[in-house]
Amino acid sequence: MTDGEIREIGIEELPTEALKLKNGGYRLIQMCVNRRIGEDFQLTYSFGIGLSCVHLRMLVHPEDEVVSISSIYEPAFLYENEMHDLFGIRISMISLDYHGNLYRLDKKTPYRPSEEKES
Amino acid sequence: MSTRSIVPFGPQHPVLPEPIHLDLVLEDEKVVEAVPSIGFVHRGLEQLVEKRDFQTYVYVAERICGICSFMHGMSYCEAVEKIMNIEIPARAKYLRTIWCEMSRIHSHLLWLGLLADAFGFESLFMQSWRIRETILDMFEESTGGRVIFSVNKIGGQRRDMENSMLRGFLPKLEQVEAELEAITGAFLSDRAVNTRLRDVGILTKEQAHDLGAVGPFMRASGIEFDMRLQGYDAYKDLYFRPVTSTECDSYARCKVRIGEIFQSINLIRQAIDKIPEGEIAAPVKGLPNGEAFVRVEQPRGEALYYVCGDGKKFLERFRVRTPTFANLPGLLQTLKGCQLADVPILILTIDPCISCTER
Repeated sequence: MTDGEIREIGIEELPTEALKLKNGGYRLIQMCVNRRIGEDFQLTYSFGIGLSCVHLRMLVHPEDEVVSISSIYEPAFLYENEMHDLFGIRISMISLDYHGNLYRLDKKTPYRPSEEKES
Repeated sequence: MSTRSIVPFGPQHPVLPEPIHLDLVLEDEKVVEAVPSIGFVHRGLEQLVEKRDFQTYVYVAERICGICSFMHGMSYCEAVEKIMNIEIPARAKYLRTIWCEMSRIHSHLLWLGLLADAFGFESLFMQSWRIRETILDMFEESTGGRVIFSVNKIGGQRRDMENSMLRGFLPKLEQVEAELEAITGAFLSDRAVNTRLRDVGILTKEQAHDLGAVGPFMRASGIEFDMRLQGYDAYKDLYFRPVTSTECDSYARCKVRIGEIFQSINLIRQAIDKIPEGEIAAPVKGLPNGEAFVRVEQPRGEALYYVCGDGKKFLERFRVRTPTFANLPGLLQTLKGCQLADVPILILTIDPCISCTER
């Protein structure tokens, strides 16, 4: 049971779906890594219009690269840097890429199992 | 030709009670870019959900922040209740609403004090915090705590408020209202305050929407939006309209927050008037299996909670998107083009809560 509809999409559909929502007047609410499903990360991006919201959900393999939507939704850069810093999600073409320096943490990508971390 | 330099701001700074760092790129005294970094006190509370059972985790959720502690605990409970299809009793909904609005009043009064302190108005700072004490005393009387309350549980509330206690709150609220009216003039009409806040840190309505701003920061840019309009808890039975301003500057943010304190007092009065008798908690059976998104209006704006359980006593995932995090892009926008001397005021006008952000 959720607040808003969840739409399952492939990562290649993300820019198109985000653009459709932007043109529909939706604002960005949040972007996050929900959980692990097998090897994959489940990502959910939430958008709102008025009091209703819609969630775009996709599965991302640790080796996959997700295209940034920061050129469509400007504040996305912050959430994308967060997903990169905490979970090690690879995101390309972030409008403001802090290259792992948004979160000043002792441990890099703390929410990712150590055996998966890049050397 | 102007000189370009980078000035580090924070994580230790007199106006920042909590650590956030900004690299301010300056041309002479003018800020042209601000690069944030956080994580200095990141606690990993979200991941702790894997090690505390879903009932005990309420106490962890409350500790995300010392100002919105009630709302963090309540929203977590509401997300779990949503998964488990638990309908809490009507009285519990009203109790939650009253405590939520008391949290908003004490948060906004705390902010007003910090703002006054930042522009050097010491007596206004002391008066704001003195008024806030009355609300904290009401919290202590009704919950036993002044920071962490532990009155939420899955299915309702742990503590009730006697009707005599609720009636006793009414003269206290009247006193808070009268005292706030007395200092409102200083905040909104004082020449020195106006000089520091007027036309400083403009965020237009379009920018506020596009940058995903939330809460009073967004409403001060003319957007009439408030998650309480969803009608969660007792809000569906109470009348209110979001407080907005079209001035879009730091002064507008101050005006909106003051307006929201008066609005919260009014909402508490309505809730005390309408609160029904009855149970304060519903029985909890089974274990959470499923997922839920819950959005609530915290003092600083819309917060989103995600909870996912797989039928075990330990939840799979808990995630909070805090209002401060959502307001950072808007803050970076308002900092562009401002004078270095205005940076502390501008940071304060989003009412940053780094404790929430570093959950």
